[in-house]
Amino acid sequence: MTSSNLSGDGNALAGPLHDLFRVEVTTAIGRCTNCGREGPMAEARVFDHAPGVVARCPECGQVLLRLVQGPGRAWLDLRGLAYLQLPVPEQA
Amino acid sequence: MSTVSRGFRGRRERPSVELPPGQYLVEDFPVLSAGPTPSIELADWELVITSETDEQRRWDWDGFRALPTETVTVDLHCVTHWSKLQTGWEGVSLDTLLEGLETSAGFALVTSYGGYTTNLPLEDLTDHKAWIAFRYDGEELEPEHGGPARLLVPHLYLWKSAKWVRWIQLLDTDEPGFWESLGYHNYGDPWQEQRFWGD
Repeated sequence: MTSSNLSGDGNALAGPLHDLFRVEVTTAIGRCTNCGREGPMAEARVFDHAPGVVARCPECGQVLLRLVQGPGRAWLDLRGLAYLQLPVPEQA
Repeated sequence: MSTVSRGFRGRRERPSVELPPGQYLVEDFPVLSAGPTPSIELADWELVITSETDEQRRWDWDGFRALPTETVTVDLHCVTHWSKLQTGWEGVSLDTLLEGLETSAGFALVTSYGGYTTNLPLEDLTDHKAWIAFRYDGEELEPEHGGPARLLVPHLYLWKSAKWVRWIQLLDTDEPGFWESLGYHNYGDPWQEQRFWGD
């Protein structure tokens, strides 16, 4: 395995984060606390061949998000995101 | 060169099919990483050990490779459930690197090129239990597996064996590392199946 196939784009976040939040996280907009880049989470560089899921800023490489899933519980670290703008369905 | 140690000799005497609970056997060598593989020129490489009193030891690549080495055959157990048996490594024992260093520290925090960290009790790095490995299966360690040099602590889950090791801090107080701070067990003994907090 080479480094080029150790990671994918942010669409790899869709499954694990949808399980937690029931929202389409890949279209959420995030701001990196390190370099200030703002963009859809789908553009993050995601490393999921690991004990957890790690999403890194495509600009500076900082960890934006970490997710660890254990039996019956999950841990989420969003310290690398200044904010996360989530799409919310309109109320009928 | 010497082959070590009492612990691993004992492990080899067990039936080869015996695995820690929840593990399955693999024949390949899966690559797991929390970030991109760093490109490290040997001319720029360094290994630093600092004590809790700021005593510092530093090796460049040539200095590190001039140290006595050991070859070891050990089993690897990844917290993602795969185990690989009878892997062959060459490296410098932490006993060699720490020899004569005055310390009363109880813990170590290991930092890699790329920023990964992991923590463990200092006693798990000593007494022929840990190496800075630079050769795997007779070949220079590939970057994807942690080359030019990685920590090898085979009696704990493999996330403790930090790839691309750069800095070992000896500390009075424990400081959870990259995975230990987010749900993974602080110690990580595969034979006790210490995967997550509270296991």
